Amino acid sequence: MFENLGDRLQNAINKMKGYGKITEENISEITREIRLALLEADVNYQVVKEFINNVKEKALGEEVAKSLKPGEVFVKIVKDELVALLGGDKEDLNLKGNPAILMLVGLQGSGKTTTIGKLGLLLRKKYHKKPLLVACDVYRPAAIDQLKQLGRELSIEVYTEGKGDPVEISKNAIEYARQNGFDYVLIDTAGRLHIDEPLMQELKNIENNIHPEEILLVIDSMTGQDAIHVIEGFHSELKLTGAILTKLDGDTRGGAALSVRHLTHVPIKFIGVSEKMDGLEEFYPDRMATRILGMGDLMSMIEKAESVIDQDEAMKAAKKMESGKFDLEDFLSTFKQIKKLGPLENIIKMIPGMSKALPKDVHIDPKEIAHIEAIILSMTPKERRNPEILKASRKQRIAKGSGRSVEEVNRLLKQFDQMKIMMKQMKSGKMKMPF
Amino acid sequence: MGLFDKFKNVFKTSNKPQVELYDRGLEKTRNDFVSKLSLLNKKYKKVSNEYFEELEEILIMADIGVETVMTFIDRLKKRVKHENIVDSEDLREIIVDEMFIIYVNNEVIVNKINYSETGPTVVLFVGVNGVGKTTTIGKIAHKLVNEGKKVLMIAGDTFRAGAVEQIEEWGNRTGARVIGAENKDPASVMYDGLEIAKNESYDVVLIDTAGRLQNKVNLMNELDKINKVIGKLIPGAPHETLLVIDATTGQNGISQAKSFKEITNITGIVLTKLDGTAKGGIVLAIKESVGIPVKFVGLGERESDLQVFDIEKYIYGLFKDFVEDETC
Repeated sequence: MFENLGDRLQNAINKMKGYGKITEENISEITREIRLALLEADVNYQVVKEFINNVKEKALGEEVAKSLKPGEVFVKIVKDELVALLGGDKEDLNLKGNPAILMLVGLQGSGKTTTIGKLGLLLRKKYHKKPLLVACDVYRPAAIDQLKQLGRELSIEVYTEGKGDPVEISKNAIEYARQNGFDYVLIDTAGRLHIDEPLMQELKNIENNIHPEEILLVIDSMTGQDAIHVIEGFHSELKLTGAILTKLDGDTRGGAALSVRHLTHVPIKFIGVSEKMDGLEEFYPDRMATRILGMGDLMSMIEKAESVIDQDEAMKAAKKMESGKFDLEDFLSTFKQIKKLGPLENIIKMIPGMSKALPKDVHIDPKEIAHIEAIILSMTPKERRNPEILKASRKQRIAKGSGRSVEEVNRLLKQFDQMKIMMKQMKSGKMKMPF
Repeated sequence: MGLFDKFKNVFKTSNKPQVELYDRGLEKTRNDFVSKLSLLNKKYKKVSNEYFEELEEILIMADIGVETVMTFIDRLKKRVKHENIVDSEDLREIIVDEMFIIYVNNEVIVNKINYSETGPTVVLFVGVNGVGKTTTIGKIAHKLVNEGKKVLMIAGDTFRAGAVEQIEEWGNRTGARVIGAENKDPASVMYDGLEIAKNESYDVVLIDTAGRLQNKVNLMNELDKINKVIGKLIPGAPHETLLVIDATTGQNGISQAKSFKEITNITGIVLTKLDGTAKGGIVLAIKESVGIPVKFVGLGERESDLQVFDIEKYIYGLFKDFVEDETC
């Protein structure tokens, strides 16, 4: 996500760092590049104009001219403007109602139904409370089936009445939630064009009847300049309380994301970052800005790690590392923990400085990881604890058992040895952690 | 005969309901776009730098693509200089004319489905998530069944919950047969479907695929495999591979077209949801940079609202009022 935009902005900024002094001339040159980068990322034309003017004005201000490192000050200006554009502080959901009612609206194909499943899962995980999903998309063929299937997959109850009146269905669903002790009611609505008057009226009717705490607009991050019409269209009819940007895991530059908040004051509350059901994240404007500028996002990485990694296991592994008794069995269990974090390249990019260090389009093949696992699993427990006993015939057996070659087994053992040496050095303080 | 007159003639001579569909479908699009252009011409009677800057804004806001717009403006500036154009009024026709040139680029554009002479014609639909692939297949099936063709739909989206049910409902509506099973490998579903199509001599096979973002290597590889399976069973197939793109898509559309073209031989684009306020200008950029023409457009929600794309009608639909405003 945002990689292309980030690259282009970084290029412009690096150029700036090369200049010893900020002059009107080189500012114009750099801002022109930033302007193109933003426009190509589908940032709204008006927003780009404003952004560029603000950056220019501040860059030419006193502060920068006096600074010893004008390049760094310039980066800070761009970053601050980006954070401001994205909405400043993080905005939380209003979940005060009992039950709290959340309604998702949007165009066709923006990802409402999938998002509602993800949101239900996220709320249940975060607050340990009970969500109810309500199927009010009575138009699209099989939309109700889709939600039911998601509910089954996630073990979240889905309320359906088939193809009835969405207003009645949502009213009944809330009643049902009250009686059965649900804490959140998440209402899926049919996709519609913001200019479709009868369908917009239907949404208004639902709003007036159930008074939801949150009306969230689901919007595809690949949307172009039309995004502003869509958001304004929905916002003028309904009182939107937030937006959810979907499909940010594509190679979109997500310019719509950069425009939504600024033009309409509707805050972005969540972003969809993978097809998996846990692929919905809360939106933090400052973290997003640092990610766009390739400065990494350690906070998100740590949170992600905390949510999936088994603390006890991790402690055990850490102790073993310290004592130098780390063996292949521990290696395997650590490996399994890391795998839970999702695609490795995504994780690596969150480490500050790494997005630049990695070659472009790096792709870590999940199969290679599977191969390593297969090799270790083909060893006996004794071999895993004492890899030194592995000689030619054992290696051949392992290679056969895992369907890999002896060379690969050797490579793995060599890498493991190197890792152990590194651990010893870290322990004795000869080497610092890479970050 | 000027290009305007040619466009007007297109509207006069071609069949009425089709023209009306374009007219109505593009109404929202046009109102915004053209009124801006007309305002621009009222604001600046003479061609100037400010004029070009605002024109650039209008075109970028239509998602035509930054690069395409930049070269377009450059070409326009050259023409203005070369032909000594001073009045902005005189630019109207040139703008429409140049727009047309971007798309057509001296090629003969064929937007008919390329039917196979022997055996079933296979049409594969690909695209990112949520662009309307399944709905498009349903609408095309409706059209083909009405033309008297024997149509088979293969539900190759075995990933998204409810996708198979969705296409089955289209089967019920149109009378076309549906082959599909959830949670199966898509390639194996296609194998089964194509066997049936061959043995029972269907005319057309429409294949749905799961939505995939173009930067997901594994999913794109799966598409490659699907292609091979199809080609093995029916040599020369798929005869058409249509990339479905949502009209609200911005610059990412170019990346979609490029990435999908690398994996499969995309023969055309289906531009959906053009009945909103979106202008779908990205198709001009795609045609210019990747060379893929649009074959169908979705101008509304009804089955019959899916139409064969006609660049003349599209551009005329966009510029109609701009052109006819000329006299007042």
